[in-house]
Amino acid sequence: MATNDRHKLALDSLTGVVEGIYDQLDGGQIPAMSLPMRSKKNIEFDTQHNVWKYGDLRTSRSAKTVNGAVMMLRTVYTADFINEMIRDGKSSTLREMYYISEGWNNAKFHSQDESNLLAEDMETITGCMREDFKLRPEESGAHVFGDVNFTTSTRKGMKTMNCIDDVSEAGFAVPYNVEEDNFQIDPGNAKFVMAIETGGMYARLIENGFPEKHDCVLVHLSGQPARSTRRLIKRLNEEHNLPVTVFTDGDPWSFRIFASVAYGAIKTAHISEYLATPTAQFIGITASDILNYNLPTDALSDKDTGALNAELTDPRFADEFWTTEIQAMLAMKKKSEQQALAKYGLDYVTDHYLPEKLTDMGIL
Amino acid sequence: MPSDEVVKGSASPPEKKTAIAHKLATKQQEISVTEFFEKNKQILGFDSRSKSLLMGIKEAVDNSLDACEEAGILPDVEVTVEKVGDEEYRITIEDNGPGIVHKMMPNVFGRLLYGSRFHALRQSRGQQGIGISATVMYGNITTGKPAHVESLIEGEDEVAWGMDIVIDTKTNRPIVTNDKAFTWEGKEHGTRIQYTIKGRYITGKQSVFEYLKNTAIVNPHAQVVFHDPEGKRYLFERATDIMPPKPKEIKPHPEGMEIGDLLKYASNSSQKTVSAFLKNDFSRITDRIAKEILEKSKVNGDKKPEKITREDAIAILDAIKTTKIMAPPTDCLSPIGDNLIKKGLMHVLDGLRPEYYATPVTRSPKAVNGNPFVVEAGIVYGGDITSEGQVQILRFANRVPLLYQQGACAITKAISEMDWRRYGLEQRGGKGIPFGPAIILVHVASTKVPFTSEGKEAVAGFPELQSEIGLALRLCARNLKSHLNKMERKKKTHAKFEIVQEILPDMAKKAADHLGRPVPNLDRTITRIMNVVWVEPTVKKDGKKARTITYTVYNYTSLERTFRLHAQLPKECVNLSLFSHPLFLDMNEDGKANWEVRSIPPSAHVEISFELKGDMADTFDADDIYFSGLNPVMVMGAEMLPGDWGIKGMEIVETDEGDFVEEEEEEMEAEDLGDE
Repeated sequence: MATNDRHKLALDSLTGVVEGIYDQLDGGQIPAMSLPMRSKKNIEFDTQHNVWKYGDLRTSRSAKTVNGAVMMLRTVYTADFINEMIRDGKSSTLREMYYISEGWNNAKFHSQDESNLLAEDMETITGCMREDFKLRPEESGAHVFGDVNFTTSTRKGMKTMNCIDDVSEAGFAVPYNVEEDNFQIDPGNAKFVMAIETGGMYARLIENGFPEKHDCVLVHLSGQPARSTRRLIKRLNEEHNLPVTVFTDGDPWSFRIFASVAYGAIKTAHISEYLATPTAQFIGITASDILNYNLPTDALSDKDTGALNAELTDPRFADEFWTTEIQAMLAMKKKSEQQALAKYGLDYVTDHYLPEKLTDMGIL
Repeated sequence: MPSDEVVKGSASPPEKKTAIAHKLATKQQEISVTEFFEKNKQILGFDSRSKSLLMGIKEAVDNSLDACEEAGILPDVEVTVEKVGDEEYRITIEDNGPGIVHKMMPNVFGRLLYGSRFHALRQSRGQQGIGISATVMYGNITTGKPAHVESLIEGEDEVAWGMDIVIDTKTNRPIVTNDKAFTWEGKEHGTRIQYTIKGRYITGKQSVFEYLKNTAIVNPHAQVVFHDPEGKRYLFERATDIMPPKPKEIKPHPEGMEIGDLLKYASNSSQKTVSAFLKNDFSRITDRIAKEILEKSKVNGDKKPEKITREDAIAILDAIKTTKIMAPPTDCLSPIGDNLIKKGLMHVLDGLRPEYYATPVTRSPKAVNGNPFVVEAGIVYGGDITSEGQVQILRFANRVPLLYQQGACAITKAISEMDWRRYGLEQRGGKGIPFGPAIILVHVASTKVPFTSEGKEAVAGFPELQSEIGLALRLCARNLKSHLNKMERKKKTHAKFEIVQEILPDMAKKAADHLGRPVPNLDRTITRIMNVVWVEPTVKKDGKKARTITYTVYNYTSLERTFRLHAQLPKECVNLSLFSHPLFLDMNEDGKANWEVRSIPPSAHVEISFELKGDMADTFDADDIYFSGLNPVMVMGAEMLPGDWGIKGMEIVETDEGDFVEEEEEEMEAEDLGDE
């Protein structure tokens, strides 16, 4: 679909929402709208795409409450704002929208979380992506290093870049739009993808020459991965058949990073089929690794324990592997970091740990 | 110079040998009241430099206010503090009181324990004439400078007199110099005292400013001006022209009298018989009661009062204990009164913009040990009053602020023993001084306030007083609690008001603009959301002494409504603007006014507006509005007419309440499971 058509369609759907509110007011009703309930209680496995998506539970927002009324008022203001951007050929970051709302009276966002939430609400209501609304996130912060070629638009037109030869030591910075029309992928000699949580480990693998030695594409997630990072991983996997592995710290929050890469995040479950890579495999650090490799550990905090228990009731983790690992971690009351492998020397992770793990997975 | 005496007494060597006892005897004779107090100045409250500065001013101002009231003059008091040297200050206090006749001036200012009040039994500020002369003396001692006093009494041919006074500490006699008559330009009558004192000027809780501010609160009929050492002028304006009723002197009441008191009264009595002594020298003893006491005690009523023996006295006191005697007359007390307490608080604390003045409570007088006393309390809450730390306690005895020894005071104890958590203040374990944005005022008035010491800084506790303070505070706290409840409800309902008044109109307009359609009429939607009758008060200040109160009444229900509104207004402030309003019905002698809203259609609103003019205009709290004739669940912004108001409200007529349903929906939000 041509870019302008996508924007037009998005605007039409938004106008439809505004029309709904107008008609209810004109008819003397209390404006209300219904949207999928965005909680772990309402995610279901989509067998067609092998990802977790929202189920049938819905929540209704009504102008009877201040929250509901404000949310609808914001929708109306946002529709107007997007209309203006499309007319003027502009786009804005989510943060800019947050600041622009200063002039929106009662519809003003009080934190950026609120504007992010509204953008997601509008996606779920209209079925469009926020990029279609000309809203984009801040730079993602994710980087790629490995023998793969990307062709993307720059200020000097379309350019092709090799993610070893044409980039700095930090790698290739992932832009916010990685769709085909703007971003083409040539997998070159790459054999598989490894997504890494921490910058320290990413730099360690680059310094040790791991990507060259094993034809691996490293993706630095830098915490919870941005949408474009997950979309890029998804495209590498789906369009170019590269197996995807995820290498994180060994704690409950890292497990959630894996889940959002592999199964889809709860907040973005409406677009899981675009973002999730169901075949992604978790390398570690697992609770078993802590035992098997006798890694240095930290005690679990109360928050950690709470998060682990929450994961036990999260349908995305309801399989044998995760249940066993989570329960083992709860039992030992300990967590560990991926850089704890340095206990055995700087080369240990590239010479022993990863080759062993990847061989077990059948990737090497 | 007074210190000459001291130097002479201690430094002169003995010239010849005499018996030590004789020598001691001469010295013992020399010890006068003045000398005693010089050596024990902490008893008078001159125990620190900063306190000395305050105590002097306090004594002078107390005297000025007492004198003005005695003469029926609205007091104007001006206090000036100037720094003249290291820790040396010149203090000037000027009043517009009746003045002091020329020949009495030396005694009033230069003799301890001299004054008209010492033998009187009635409510007054300075209960003993020790204060101002002690100040003069303390100034003499610490700086060596005499006090300068000027006074002018009323009358066409009177002249003002001025003189310097020093107290001879040995003889307790004033030494007067520079006694001169002069013309006091622009003054009709009044007194001015200027003295120099060693002291330290401080700010904060125990400062001169705080003392004068608190004085202004409980003396709303006084105007107080203060010039601080930096030359800054503060004015506490008079809040009312109504003078407090003049306190009357009373005879002692028999209840709770001690043997010594009785014997003393008896020996001083001018009555011929014990029976007449009982009847005429005490309050509340009638013929019948005198007879009953004499019968019970078996004391001969015909013998002379001075012949009463110890045994007789014990028998009479026992008889009194078992005899029912009316409480002492209470017109000898001059409580401030609930309205004036509120007025005083509002006047002085207005800068803090408090959210609420709990209706102050004046208890009815009680008597202990023959002394009647009355307790008053008030609470101010919210606004800019700091919510950090403990509440502020304002203690008063006979309209005098007590700034020291808070911990030792019966008032503090009564406050600490109450469980304030029930009334909406924080308190650790339900004991101790509560926390929160509040100021608690307690005033104890009595013919003889029991102080813990001569410095008159803390009220001594006894069970009857504690319990009266507790009762007054509870009544007051209940008002606070009901206000806090009301605010809580208001906050909840205000949310709906915000929806219909701001959010929906904005939403309708923006949506209409976006779609290029006309702005829809929101009446039906608003009625559906609110489903209440809404009463919204607004108050417009027209200067200090006028308020315009407007109640906007919205019918946000789907039916036509008829009902009444009620409010208790300060009667002396209402005017034609109230009576001429078309919805006004009537007002009774207590100022309880009634309005009737007839057949207001759905989505319509009406305004009820009136002016209040006069001193008391600002004491009316516009939130105190009541309704009748409607189901309470469908009214916001007004309270149901209380049963004890003595007004017959309107019966609830409608039985069909329409589609009234209150439903609150919980919204499920995405859990924080971590996403970009």
